[in-house]
Amino acid sequence: MRRQSLIAAAALAAATFGPAVGTVAQAQDKVLVPCVCELSGAGAVSGSNYRDGAKLALEEINAAGGVLGKQLVMNDYDTQTDPQTSRALVQKAIDDGAYVIFGTVYSGSTIVNMLVAKQNGVPQITGSEAPKITQLGNPYIFRTSSSAAKGVPALTAYFKQTLGTKKIAVAWVNNEFGKGGHDVFVSQMKGAGIDVVADVPSEQGQADFAADVSKIKESGAEAVFVYLNEEESARFLKEAKKQGLTVPLVGEVTLTGQKVIDLAGGAADGAYAHVGLTTGADVPSIREFARKFQAKYGRDTDHNGIKGYIGMYAIKYVTELVGSFDREAFAKKMHGLTLDVAKYPGMLLTTSWDDTGELSRESFMTKVVDGKQKVVGLVPAN
Amino acid sequence: MAQFIQVLLSGLATGSIYAMAAVGFTLIWQAAKTVNFAQGEFVMLPAFFVLIAHHALHLPFWLSLAVGLAAAVFVLGYLFKRLIVEPMLPVTGLPLIISTMALAIVLKESVKEFYGAEAQPFPELFPQDTIPVLDAVVSVQDLLNLAVSLSVVTALTLFLNRTRTGRCMQATAQNPDVAEILGVNTRRMVLYTFLINAALAALASFLISPVYLAKFSNGETLGLIAFIAAIVGGFNQIRGALVGGLLIGVLDNLTATYVTAEYRAALPLVLLILIIMVRPQGLVGTSEGRAV
Repeated sequence: MRRQSLIAAAALAAATFGPAVGTVAQAQDKVLVPCVCELSGAGAVSGSNYRDGAKLALEEINAAGGVLGKQLVMNDYDTQTDPQTSRALVQKAIDDGAYVIFGTVYSGSTIVNMLVAKQNGVPQITGSEAPKITQLGNPYIFRTSSSAAKGVPALTAYFKQTLGTKKIAVAWVNNEFGKGGHDVFVSQMKGAGIDVVADVPSEQGQADFAADVSKIKESGAEAVFVYLNEEESARFLKEAKKQGLTVPLVGEVTLTGQKVIDLAGGAADGAYAHVGLTTGADVPSIREFARKFQAKYGRDTDHNGIKGYIGMYAIKYVTELVGSFDREAFAKKMHGLTLDVAKYPGMLLTTSWDDTGELSRESFMTKVVDGKQKVVGLVPAN
Repeated sequence: MAQFIQVLLSGLATGSIYAMAAVGFTLIWQAAKTVNFAQGEFVMLPAFFVLIAHHALHLPFWLSLAVGLAAAVFVLGYLFKRLIVEPMLPVTGLPLIISTMALAIVLKESVKEFYGAEAQPFPELFPQDTIPVLDAVVSVQDLLNLAVSLSVVTALTLFLNRTRTGRCMQATAQNPDVAEILGVNTRRMVLYTFLINAALAALASFLISPVYLAKFSNGETLGLIAFIAAIVGGFNQIRGALVGGLLIGVLDNLTATYVTAEYRAALPLVLLILIIMVRPQGLVGTSEGRAV
């Protein structure tokens, strides 16, 4: 009887703790890199591309043996492009055991949710571009694209020397992304002696741009700097064409993106933009990435897809340089790091980060020609 | 002056589309004594019927529009009445209103889940040319949107006032018991009202989606603006919905152009509060009696 009781107790213990031990062992073979991204709402275009680019990289990395012998796992956490939701989801992802947080893309969300990651000492690979993000002293935030503070100045020479502009209008979205770019741009124009004759803010998700375009037309601007998110850029371009606005429309990052071209159709033709990344670049590694993305998802992507791809590879390379899954060591390693594309091909271009997590890399001037984004110039890293 | 003309015409064009959705609110109110809080989604959904017909079934665009219209009339007219409204009619009031709210969520989330969360391009119905009007450059699309919307509302008004069926529909809306006694098939008249509302919502969808893009969340804004337009104009008059829609479209554009762009979204709400305080029956509504 006593022997039977002992056997029963042992069986009960095995049944209770065995699966848990198995689960822990199984979990130790996998590393969670959650995508806290905008998969619905105004940011669905950006977040979905970011996630899909990252997934492509993750599958390649896992097929090649993973990182330090472990497989990467990426679960989706849809922020619905809402900052408070993104904050809660970053906390949830950390509670679920995230090694590194992947996302968010919208700057308004990142500024809110990165405080959670910072408090928990979890590195975060963001697709956001508002300058403020790397100015708040967060040692765990790292970009996958240069901010407006680096990108917008590249346009100053274009407006002043190439277009010879003396009067310019600014159409910008009133969120963290737009405000950051707007402030840098206005300051740059002042320094270059170019008058900002129309300063036209719009709201995120805005559908009707009739008044905005009308104000710009009336201002006598010789060119327009358009700094809106993807859907709003498309609506702006369609309205500009409808109202016969013929001055050059020049953007930063979004205006000549593939999704904007798809949404705006012929209205996008002739638009210019400075972009940090583009699938239209005549760079073999980027062309190969674009081909792989198209083959996997049946569609073209934009700069967000590239950001996601290189962000995931950055996690792989930095972790391997550190030699372990150590979050603190990961963050320390990234500061001041340069990943040469010759040695780290997944980065697609040689990429550097400074002590604030700000990124430097060569970039491109693009133009939409016959419904396609074409690279018309190269801008060296600054 | 050129800017004013441009902004005015653009506002009238957008406002006329709001008006078509607002007329739907009025019709449903008269037919079922309920506010259809899924009206915005009724305007959102037909665009996706067209996209499915055009991209998945590879139908020519004009045929896709016809398929979209037919699908909208069946789903948002006939099925809505049979499956949602009829079971709730014996207990009109809050349960039916809450049902329409739930329906709005179901429609919105279904499109998001089964079609996608991203905005989709919707083909233009009209040429993208511009014509000069007194120094202003006016879009042909705006002019045609305005013309189509006004024509549809005018045709509806003539139908309701000048045809036997239309007068039967009015009689049913005013007093269904007496109408039935007089030999009007009131069930059929109510059904026609729902079908007409669905058709109006579909037409509004086809006109606005090339500009707004087709997106699952479009219904939220459109529904709110159309609701406010119906109240501002007068909830018991079709011409009230028309006036309300045009007014909101024009004032929104003029405010954003000449006053402030940041607070343009507040304008319809401020207008709503003012109208309810000063003239609750709406600008052209009547304070008692019901008329479709």
